[in-house]
Amino acid sequence: MTEIDWDLVLGSLGPIAGGAIRGTIPLALASFAVGMVLAVAVAMMRLYGNRAAKAAARFFVSVIRGTPLLVQLFVVFYGLPSLGVTIDPWPSAIIAFSLNVGGYAAEVVRAAILSVSKGQWEAAYMIGMSRRTSLLRVILPQASRVAVPPLSNTFISLVKDTSLASLILVTELFREAQQIAAFSQEFMTLYVEAAIAYWVVCLALSSGQSALERRLDQYVAH
Amino acid sequence: MSPTDPTTTLPLLSVEGVSKRFGEIEVLRSVDLRVARGEVLAVIGASGSGKTTLLRCLNGLEVPDAGRVAIADTAIDFSARPAPRELRALRDRSAMVFQHYHLFPHRTVLENITEGPLVVQRRPRDQVHEEALALLERVGLASRAGAYPHELSGGQQQRVGILRALALRPELLLFDEPTSALDPELVGDVLTLMRDLAAEGWTMVVVTHELQFAREVAQQVAFVDQGRVLEHGAPEQVLRAPREERTRQFVHRLLRPL
Repeated sequence: MTEIDWDLVLGSLGPIAGGAIRGTIPLALASFAVGMVLAVAVAMMRLYGNRAAKAAARFFVSVIRGTPLLVQLFVVFYGLPSLGVTIDPWPSAIIAFSLNVGGYAAEVVRAAILSVSKGQWEAAYMIGMSRRTSLLRVILPQASRVAVPPLSNTFISLVKDTSLASLILVTELFREAQQIAAFSQEFMTLYVEAAIAYWVVCLALSSGQSALERRLDQYVAH
Repeated sequence: MSPTDPTTTLPLLSVEGVSKRFGEIEVLRSVDLRVARGEVLAVIGASGSGKTTLLRCLNGLEVPDAGRVAIADTAIDFSARPAPRELRALRDRSAMVFQHYHLFPHRTVLENITEGPLVVQRRPRDQVHEEALALLERVGLASRAGAYPHELSGGQQQRVGILRALALRPELLLFDEPTSALDPELVGDVLTLMRDLAAEGWTMVVVTHELQFAREVAQQVAFVDQGRVLEHGAPEQVLRAPREERTRQFVHRLLRPL
């Protein structure tokens, strides 16, 4: 076995960390934020929409979950231009990842909303709240406690899935590693380094999840 | 805090011909009721008789299929499906206390009481807080203002439920079996508070199995059976000398459960 080229490792730390900070992390955060708005909207359509809205929401979830993320990404970036719609790498990635998160998280949000007892809606109505206010101030805060663990899974998957964006020319963690690997021909070193970098990011996110759960748990009986 | 002065001889609450069905089952069949300001109406009846549905029709948590409900000058005729805005206008006139409390578990005791006045009624924060603390003081729970509902006993939670209703400054208080979910030794505190409220002149509709409470506190008792008000009158008459055989059986069973 050949020796590890530590100079290469040290020298590549900067670009890989830069790829994480300028690419992977903002891409994941932006996609997750947009995706969650979409997820709540789709969940509301499925729960409280009319027949057409319910069908549309079910169709959306089915398509997103039934097709590979890589294919969705390629449809947006390489497919749409043939219809005359050309979107830059970054917005393409955010669109595809948001839709993906929206499809998966919609089911989590729907289940979490259903887990809040009907009495909470009634108490909110009783004090004079509209449906919207009830949802925002009474139901969603309670549903969020139920939703945090599964949504953390969704988010961590998303962080790793952003590596696919390297295939539509987004400069992020994995693309930096690939470029250095191609140049130095040290594939093992660079790809293991990339793997460790993803792992570190996910570890940091998991500790964030624990903190959030502790905060949301304070008002719940154990 | 006290309810609005009696300024009119019109009933505060009037219910005319209210009917409700769930699928094939007729839960309410043309119910009529009137409650004057300052009066307490106790609604009794077996479980499944429709008494809780009747109460829930008064604030639109259930929407009747037919009939009319009026609280003061806010009336809804249910021959057409009411708009959410209409339901909310009716609901704003009353406040309800639930059998299972339904406090907001993610808010403190104080926040449970102030949520409606602050968020819905948009009253000034200082005033709302002061009132809420005075209410808590009154029931001996001021020291628990910062606690979460799950840290309270059932009896304490239900008293907070009543305070949450009072803080809305409603004209009519609706109670849905407020002591049915409580351990027997915790019932007393809740009933005492309700007795005090009645004595202060609050107008109340109380669905209850506590016949002793109904006898002492209510001016009217309505016995609901199979979706109808089968018998209706002063507590002495309905509870002691019922005209209807079914009322007699029901009262008898509750008073001598063994």
